[in-house]
Amino acid sequence: MALYEQVVIARQDISSAQVDGLIDQLKQIAEEQGAKVTKEEYWGLKTMAYRIKKNRKGHYVLFNLDGPSAAIKEMERNMHLNEDVLRYLTLRVEEFEEGPSIMMQNRRDRRERRGEDEESRERPAEAKAEKTEKAEA
Amino acid sequence: MAPPRRPFFRRKKTCPFSGSNAPRIDYKNVKLLGRFTSERGKIVPSRITAVSTKKQRELSRAIKRARFLALMPYVLK
Repeated sequence: MALYEQVVIARQDISSAQVDGLIDQLKQIAEEQGAKVTKEEYWGLKTMAYRIKKNRKGHYVLFNLDGPSAAIKEMERNMHLNEDVLRYLTLRVEEFEEGPSIMMQNRRDRRERRGEDEESRERPAEAKAEKTEKAEA
Repeated sequence: MAPPRRPFFRRKKTCPFSGSNAPRIDYKNVKLLGRFTSERGKIVPSRITAVSTKKQRELSRAIKRARFLALMPYVLK
């Protein structure tokens, strides 16, 4: 059926547990109406380029949906009612991009780089520890 | 008649999105879109970035979607 890509921005002061609850609720609505959620990504708490309803940061979630338009309309109606959702954008797409989106790739590179920094910091700490042991011995 | 004076050296700029390994224009790819906005956050016209008309329309649509999702600012002070 029709392929849709949906990005949802949730308010900053809800906990990540509530964000998961929101994601499950939306997925459940989609499945009830016969839509399939092929991919669901949580981009994390990102700082927004400008304030939306006094919020400077927002939880970003991406959904890839495959289903009838009724399912999408039902999801959007719920998002209107739910005041945790600041803004959403639903797009009809021809085909999904496979694999993680660009947002996730950037996060993974940064984490790898940060991973290396932590290791390099630990090494000097161990070196210092060995020196002190030699001094005592 | 002397050749008309050339105001500046006009090198044939190619569209960065034509050709085989061109990056796909996507509203989530903020780094790529940021290259086509001015430092005030406005969309740079295609006569300066030499982007083909078809790709410039796609580009402006993606930038407007990214702005709506607050991934990119409307105005940069």
